[in-house]
Amino acid sequence: MSVAQTTPPLTLKPASGLIKKFSLTRAKEGVIKGLLFVCASLSLVTTLMIVWMFLTEAVFGIGGNTAFFQEVSLLDFLTDTQWSPQFSEKHFGILPLLCGTVVIAGIGGLIGLPIGLAAAIYLSEYAKPKLRRIIKPLLEILAGVPSVVYGYFALVFITPYVLRPIFQSLLGIDVDVFNAMSAGIVVGVMIIPTVCSLSEDALRSVPGGLREAGYALGSTNFDVSLKVVVPAAFSGIVASFLLAISRAIGETMAVCIGAGLMPRLSLNPFRSMQTMTAYMVNASLGDTPAGTIEYKSLYGVGFMLFLITLGMNILAQRVMKRFREVYE
Amino acid sequence: MTSSMTMDRTTDAATGFLGTRPEGSRMTIMQSFSDLMHQRQERETHKRTRPVETEVVAKLDVRNLNFFYGEKQALFDVSMTIAERSVTAFIGPSGCGKSTFLRALNRMNDIIEGARHNGTVLLEGQEIYAPDVDVVALRKRVGMVFQKSTPFPKSIFDNVAYGPKIAGQRNRKALSEIVEQSLKRAALWDEVKDRLQDSALALSGGQQQRLCIARALATNPDVLLMDEPASALDPASTARIEDLIFELKQNYTIVIVTHNMQQAARISDRTAFFFQGYLIEVDATQKLFTTPTKKQTEDYITGKFG
Amino acid sequence: MSVPPKLQEPHLARRHRIGKAFEWLCCGSTWFGIVVLGVLLLSVGWKAMTWPAPKAKPAGSPTASTEAQQLSPPLSKKFFTNYHSRNPREAGLLSALWGSLWLTVLVALFSVPIGVGSAVYLEEYSIEGRLKRLIQLNLSNLAGVPSIVYALLGMTAFVKMFGLFHKDEEKTLVVNLLFTTVDVPLPFDRTLISGALTLTLLVLPTVIVASQEALRAVPSSIRIASYALGATQWQTIRHQVIPAAMPGIMTGVILALSRAIGEAAPLMLIGALTYVAYTPGDISNVSDIFKNPQGLLDAPFDKFTAIPLQIYQWINQPKAEYSHVAAAGIVVLLTILLLMNTAAILIRHRFQKQTRW
Repeated sequence: MSVAQTTPPLTLKPASGLIKKFSLTRAKEGVIKGLLFVCASLSLVTTLMIVWMFLTEAVFGIGGNTAFFQEVSLLDFLTDTQWSPQFSEKHFGILPLLCGTVVIAGIGGLIGLPIGLAAAIYLSEYAKPKLRRIIKPLLEILAGVPSVVYGYFALVFITPYVLRPIFQSLLGIDVDVFNAMSAGIVVGVMIIPTVCSLSEDALRSVPGGLREAGYALGSTNFDVSLKVVVPAAFSGIVASFLLAISRAIGETMAVCIGAGLMPRLSLNPFRSMQTMTAYMVNASLGDTPAGTIEYKSLYGVGFMLFLITLGMNILAQRVMKRFREVYE
Repeated sequence: MTSSMTMDRTTDAATGFLGTRPEGSRMTIMQSFSDLMHQRQERETHKRTRPVETEVVAKLDVRNLNFFYGEKQALFDVSMTIAERSVTAFIGPSGCGKSTFLRALNRMNDIIEGARHNGTVLLEGQEIYAPDVDVVALRKRVGMVFQKSTPFPKSIFDNVAYGPKIAGQRNRKALSEIVEQSLKRAALWDEVKDRLQDSALALSGGQQQRLCIARALATNPDVLLMDEPASALDPASTARIEDLIFELKQNYTIVIVTHNMQQAARISDRTAFFFQGYLIEVDATQKLFTTPTKKQTEDYITGKFG
Repeated sequence: MSVPPKLQEPHLARRHRIGKAFEWLCCGSTWFGIVVLGVLLLSVGWKAMTWPAPKAKPAGSPTASTEAQQLSPPLSKKFFTNYHSRNPREAGLLSALWGSLWLTVLVALFSVPIGVGSAVYLEEYSIEGRLKRLIQLNLSNLAGVPSIVYALLGMTAFVKMFGLFHKDEEKTLVVNLLFTTVDVPLPFDRTLISGALTLTLLVLPTVIVASQEALRAVPSSIRIASYALGATQWQTIRHQVIPAAMPGIMTGVILALSRAIGEAAPLMLIGALTYVAYTPGDISNVSDIFKNPQGLLDAPFDKFTAIPLQIYQWINQPKAEYSHVAAAGIVVLLTILLLMNTAAILIRHRFQKQTRW
């Protein structure tokens, strides 16, 4: 071993080398940390901007600007059954828009939630790993399809080739070109990946011991899935449902293209309906000048939409947190 | 070395063991350590290293160190000096505080939330926990090698050159020089000199650990702390690391934590025994293993517990 | 004492049948979405390759049908080189293609540094506490805000700048760079920069959360080893942590960008629904950049359109042919998104194979 001999002897450094000195490196550390903090706080600034925007444009105006709810009373907004900001006799009742939103999100939920959950059960309880590796990316692609494409699909495929042959030709129900049903169906398809992946996570976090206990009692696969695993993951599934419905409520382009722009207080899904989101797109199409009441109504409707989706998201987080506490 | 309070507590705990222990087995174990010492002395004379006992320069001087993780106290009033250019080994059962003490020597514990201490740690007479001490400068002088080899997912060259690079060395030629010297000191040069640009993750476990030692040497430290550097390695690799430590002590002050008493006996000049956060005994390795003064030490090295 | 009767399960066969049926139901549900995706792709693809059957023309005008036969399908070479046209058979998405490209580049420029920076702060610097919890909670809430609300925010904050500049005070800020000047309209109005900033706000939560996950996956032993060599915190992050987390960050960024490319709603209120018969900065092919480098600086302050907006516009056209033009646009959009998704999956796959912490 001649290793030590080939290396030169070391010189001892003075101990004073430990003292902090002002150096570029040290100054840089501080500056960088500051910059990164600014980055991280930008998300808080975004929220503050959203809140500030709704407060100043919808609740109380500033700088001589009157806000939406200063011109339209909250009571009228919530109880009036007509929404006609573009007509000469203006009505600002959110109910028709709310109705459109609820009907479409409801249809979407009726389709998307059970299918998404069943798919989650299949992936977590039945499917072999190989099949999962094929299906998961396909579902990701499904989730990545832009909503304008779904809207197009509803308008040019589902309405003329699915709804009209079944409901109009067979059952004699009139189906409008734009209708809530086609929009609801595509919204349902859109939320399948959300429900599926979140529910699957919930099902997978149920401990394997519970399943084994179920099988040991002579349960079939079906009994274990539906009577042991699903109840155990219940709150996680509920959270995924809430998030999916919240997404369905906020969905814009598919609904706008599929269901049209006719505010209507009705439960007939084969007529054209306008949702809150579709109204906001519609109002912007006409290039509404700032300062008019139609322009301000954007903020009134937007505020309502923001509060509803925020409420559902917070509720979903609460439920999810409770679920995690049980299993982690 | 240890405070009287420590003594009372630990003696009580240890007497129970002593009563039931057959005297014969103790003697054989002591004998085996004695043999080990003998072999080692032969090796040392052969290599003509200076006799340890003449070392007088204290590199590190720790006085009354208490260490806490949050509410939990991990070290109780530990005082110790560590001599320059020597190998000091820390032994003791797991959770005894030996790793905490080692990490206190280059302030690696600073990273852990809720860690605090009182007492003094002097590096060449300078308090390393003083508020005006730059912890980065400290760690450049007190290097560290970990139990699990932690090569960065980069090339072998970049791994070794990392320390000098971040210290501001940009000259490619100087860097190559440092990399070569460090790898030579770590006895890895011959094995990797033709593939310096290969990923460090492709090396074997023993090579990775020597790479980590080379990496630590590249920053030109005075002190090298090693936290069970060979515990995850096969016997052949362990032997190489031990040989390496033997070579390195001519230039560096080495502190090594080990769970393997034979290893401590083979390579260290002084050995410290930790138990339940207390430093029970520290002495010349030969003396500690053959004629320990404390009963806990004796129990531990004869395999009564730990 | 009576011996319990031996277990007899008269319903066992039925239970197995139910179980089997349930499995098939679940399997069917799993494939349902995928089948819909397949039908969607096929119908859109078919529409993009054919024109509508010509209506029965009155005798005496045979030219119309022969002309239709000679024309190339909606998705053809000229679709990429033409602007929108009043004649559906001449319509193309040149301006939308460049608009989307610009949006992608600008959104990446804004969202990657800010998003990765936020993630680094949250994961590496901030101590567990109220502030971190608040930011984290805020992020998950922002991720659930509907895109149309971001549109409203973009319109208010960037297009109108909260009304800071009244109608008569609107002005152009001339920014003097060393060798050239750039005209920046204030407020930003309905320009690319407004659209890009709006989309940045929209995708930022996604980028941050994905980057956080990637950073968290980097083993702490790497950080500790780097500190032990005397590296400062930023040096450790810059040289060790971020490079190790890079594949994960890239995957997240690509997925976020592909969301930004497909989003129409946030851009609706920004405008861009007017006919745009030019490309941003008048750059419509690569050689234009060398002919007119100033265009690169002017482009962000030009009015624009984007692929999903152009598609929506075509869907809204009354002529039936536009429906096929829209399909062609959708094929282009989906192809771009599919390529990006594939890239993300490939990066993730390679990453998983390589690492063995």
